Amino acid sequence: MTSAASTATGRPATSAMVRRLPEYLMIWVPLLLSAAHLISFSIWTIWISFTPSTLVPVAGWVGLRNYNAVLASRNWQIAFDNLLLFGIAFVLLSLTTGLLLAILLDQRIRGENVLRTIFLYPLAVSFVVTGTVWSWLLNPGIGIEKLVHDLGWTTFHFDWLVNRDMAIWTIVIAAIWQSSGFAMALFLAGLRSVDSDIIKAAQIDGAGPIRTYWRVILPTLWPITITVVVVQLQFAISAFDLVRALTNGGPGIATQLPALVVYDLMFQRSQLGRGAAAAVLMLLILLAVLLPYAAWRYVRGRQAAHA
Amino acid sequence: MAALSIRSLSKRYANLEVLKGIDLDIESGEFTVLVGPSGCGKSTLLNIVAGLDRASDGTIEIGGRNVNDVLPKDRDIAMVFQSYALYPSMTVRQNITFGMECRHVPKAEQEKAVANVAKLLQIEPLLGRKPAQLSGGQRQRVAMGRALVRDPLLFLFDEPLSNLDAKLRVEMRMEIKRLHQRIGATIVYVTHDQIEAMTMATRIAVMHQGRVQQFADPDTVYRYPANLFVARFMGSPPMNTMPARLEADSSGPVVVIGAGRPDEVRLHLQGYDAAASYIGREVVLGIRPECIAEGERVFSAAAGPPVIVTAPVELVEPTGAETIVLLRLGGEPAQARISPDIRPTPGTSAAFALDTRRICLFDPETERLIA
Ligand SMILES: Nc1ncnc2c1ncn2[C@@H]1O[C@H](COP(=O)(O)OP(=O)(O)OP(=O)(O)O)[C@@H](O)[C@H]1O
Ligand SMILES: [Mg+2]
Repeated sequence: MTSAASTATGRPATSAMVRRLPEYLMIWVPLLLSAAHLISFSIWTIWISFTPSTLVPVAGWVGLRNYNAVLASRNWQIAFDNLLLFGIAFVLLSLTTGLLLAILLDQRIRGENVLRTIFLYPLAVSFVVTGTVWSWLLNPGIGIEKLVHDLGWTTFHFDWLVNRDMAIWTIVIAAIWQSSGFAMALFLAGLRSVDSDIIKAAQIDGAGPIRTYWRVILPTLWPITITVVVVQLQFAISAFDLVRALTNGGPGIATQLPALVVYDLMFQRSQLGRGAAAAVLMLLILLAVLLPYAAWRYVRGRQAAHA
Repeated sequence: MAALSIRSLSKRYANLEVLKGIDLDIESGEFTVLVGPSGCGKSTLLNIVAGLDRASDGTIEIGGRNVNDVLPKDRDIAMVFQSYALYPSMTVRQNITFGMECRHVPKAEQEKAVANVAKLLQIEPLLGRKPAQLSGGQRQRVAMGRALVRDPLLFLFDEPLSNLDAKLRVEMRMEIKRLHQRIGATIVYVTHDQIEAMTMATRIAVMHQGRVQQFADPDTVYRYPANLFVARFMGSPPMNTMPARLEADSSGPVVVIGAGRPDEVRLHLQGYDAAASYIGREVVLGIRPECIAEGERVFSAAAGPPVIVTAPVELVEPTGAETIVLLRLGGEPAQARISPDIRPTPGTSAAFALDTRRICLFDPETERLIA
């Protein structure tokens, strides 16, 4: 039975393969190349992190010495604390901003298409541009503070960009500006995919708009929420260009983040081994986020297959 | 008391007129079925009654109270949706109590109501589950439970069985009917399945193109369809309709199929006085397939001598319970339902008995029933 079926379909399958060869080439060649690239460089970085390399890669084995040095450095400790603060604040705030925008747009207001484009537009801007523009806006001498001063409120004070304690929040602001449109788009798609009969049923049950959102609609969005959180977290962990353009880790090292530490060690202090160790640490942080996510997706997929 | 009165209700979407002057009066305790083909406006009408959509014109009264400007939750209605519309993140119990929670019903009372409904519908073991863990039939029950727990003046059902498989549909059909008899609720039930309409309704409203074509009890709708649309929509296989000519001879009116042909069929009619003005004119003759049977069939002892015609057989479809035969009467195609053990040979002619008392005549112009 099986063999008969496969002989019967064997010929068309082969010719279909040939016909679709260009497609396979287009997909698989770049995919394999980039996978090979990614894996080989990851392995290479891991190897370097255990060598005494400084300006150039050298062979040798120093065990965990590079890791201990990085973990003990003040630069890394500040970067890690900043990452915690930045990651949590950025993810929570961009999530709530995105959700609020999505709920507002979901009211079928006029000009929704225009607004949706406006909110999504920052996503199309590169992080370097976002960082640079916000560094102007937040610069007390030329940005918002100057504007308010010129309008007459000369006591207005807004110097977060150059304030050691507040500078990290400027990165949060710029990152939210850039990416809450992404969260909004996903949430809006989720809101729109809720069966309209469910909302009608809630209306007949007598639930007002707030209760309807809170009890009926939002609970259906949590798979989307998890996806958004993971995507935003991995952006936060690997954030580099935005910070480099906006504060460049300053004032001082107040807004240092792991990616900046890696860059600093590798290309400015010529400590390849330590830089590689910091990069591997970043990879581990990423895996701590992505592995549970992958496991969650797997379990959900199995559940869906069972249902 | 009229549980629901709809007066000259219409609904327009932009320039599309979906409902065109609907008038319906539904008595308390009635099981009214709105039936019609897809897109005829049944759901729209039901949504307007529920207050989920606004009418462009007309008034709606529920229990004698004008509800045009009353919110859905204050209309004293409950609704069951085709998609069941269960809240996916809540358990069955929460689904059922959500409405009471919104109306601030005390917890103890909620518990009692849930227990009653769960017992009535036999869903007690499901109360802790989420909708995703239920089968289609179980979801259907829960959706009914959510409506029943409210004890409203009016139940609205929008094709609640159309997502179930055939066997379950028949079971649930009987169960809903039993439920109606037991609790005496007033129900407006939408379906496009004419069998559901015939079996469940105390009255049927047949809708087509935004109008109610006929509003009557099932027997009347079946026996005296108000027009050709109703005649062809209700019944399966549908009523045979064919052009014919009404004449008269010494014994009364005669309807002639295929007049002037060598195989013309002449049928004497009795008690069709309303058709007198149509004598000498063209009409449309309607005859149900079950009124054409094998030649030996006696429809009723009181019917007098049987009317037998010989007609060519074109196609024979045995269904098990009966044999459907496609034949030609005076050249016009017609379907007959004959005994299952009789199988005429296609291409030959056979004798058929006709129940001429149940013939319907329609005006070819207005398509309305004459007699
Ligand atoms: N929001 C809307 N805007 C424009 N047209 C609509 C809208 N809702 C319904 N219609 C139109 O109104 C007509 C009636 O729709 P309705 O849903 O009431 O049909 P129905 O009788 O319930 O059909 P079905 O049996 O397929 O459910 C359809 O032609 C549909 O295209
Ligand atoms: Mg419908």
